[in-house]
Amino acid sequence: MDRLLGAMTVASLLLIVLVLASVRREHIRVEYSISWLAAGLALLVLSLWKSLDQRIAIALKIPDLAVTLLTICGVVFLGVLFAFSLRLSQLKDSSIKLAQRVAILEFHVESLAAQRAINNTPARADAASAQGRLRASTDVPLKPGQSVR
Amino acid sequence: MVLIPAYNEEGAVASVVEEVRAVVADATILVVDDCSDDHTIQEARRTGASVLPLPHHLGLGGCVQAGYRLAFDLDFDYVIRVDGDGQHDPRDIPALLTALQQENCEMVIGSRFLNAANPRKALLQGGWCRALGIALFRSILRPILGRPVSDPTSGFVGVNRKALEVFSRAFPLEYPEIEALVVLQRRRFRFMEVPCHIRERRAGKSSITAIKAFYFPVHVLLGVFVNVLLFPGSRIWRILRK
Repeated sequence: MDRLLGAMTVASLLLIVLVLASVRREHIRVEYSISWLAAGLALLVLSLWKSLDQRIAIALKIPDLAVTLLTICGVVFLGVLFAFSLRLSQLKDSSIKLAQRVAILEFHVESLAAQRAINNTPARADAASAQGRLRASTDVPLKPGQSVR
Repeated sequence: MVLIPAYNEEGAVASVVEEVRAVVADATILVVDDCSDDHTIQEARRTGASVLPLPHHLGLGGCVQAGYRLAFDLDFDYVIRVDGDGQHDPRDIPALLTALQQENCEMVIGSRFLNAANPRKALLQGGWCRALGIALFRSILRPILGRPVSDPTSGFVGVNRKALEVFSRAFPLEYPEIEALVVLQRRRFRFMEVPCHIRERRAGKSSITAIKAFYFPVHVLLGVFVNVLLFPGSRIWRILRK
């Protein structure tokens, strides 16, 4: 049991050092390091405070202390992973919306620029047309109420 | 508007645009490029199509939704989606458009199995694995939609402005065809199928790899399940609304 607690102490210290080093190198942003640091600290406390582990084991009615510790570790890491899954999903949604918005705005800007070129100088319009950029504005009308036909 | 989602389709996209233009000469053709690694954008522009280039790869659903959003912003009444690999025959576009305009439904699906001389043979044409998947989704969707759907995986679809509004806000991001039907059903929108022809892809390769062939049904089933839970009237829907 003491060897398991020792290994857990080393593992939690390694986790804390790894996370801090990653934050220092800006591989992980501070706000995303907090969950991992909290998990590492919780495991460190459990590994150093044997009487607390015994109390938890009694409360959970798990006779084996090692199984209790592994269960707690599992729950802590599942919690962290779930939190990150939520965050990843939010970020993916935002990234998709942003990419679509950027593409649509870019499309509108190019269309307006081409329209402006047509209105201002015929020579510039010809040049733009030669690059194939004017097609967008002429093909997709900017006026409302247009249908497929 | 005719919407052509394309990812690495430099070998096919130009001929697809030209074929579409030959059929519906005055339609706006929009190619949505899903950040291709090849010359898809240049090929599409060469034919004179409008191009919406996405800044990074979003997958089919994100790509199609970007096109729907632009079409909605530009006040289009109808959008017909044609795949950029040349599998859909643009000569079927008028049938889809006529159905959308005359049948008072929100979405029309081009079905390769409807009116097929030999439905079983048509189903097995894409391989037994694909046939099994289509049969599975047909049987799952029937009670959800309250009617049979012969080709639930068809990407050859037309939508009207009501559906466009919904899809421009919420559209499934991966393998969207089946989930899109359930999204429409949630809003009590109507759909119908019209027969269409499917051809061999002209160039490029399918995005469904061996691993994805297993992932695909799991992902779609989960998406359908989640959408069913959100049907108006379901207990979970009421809890979420509170």
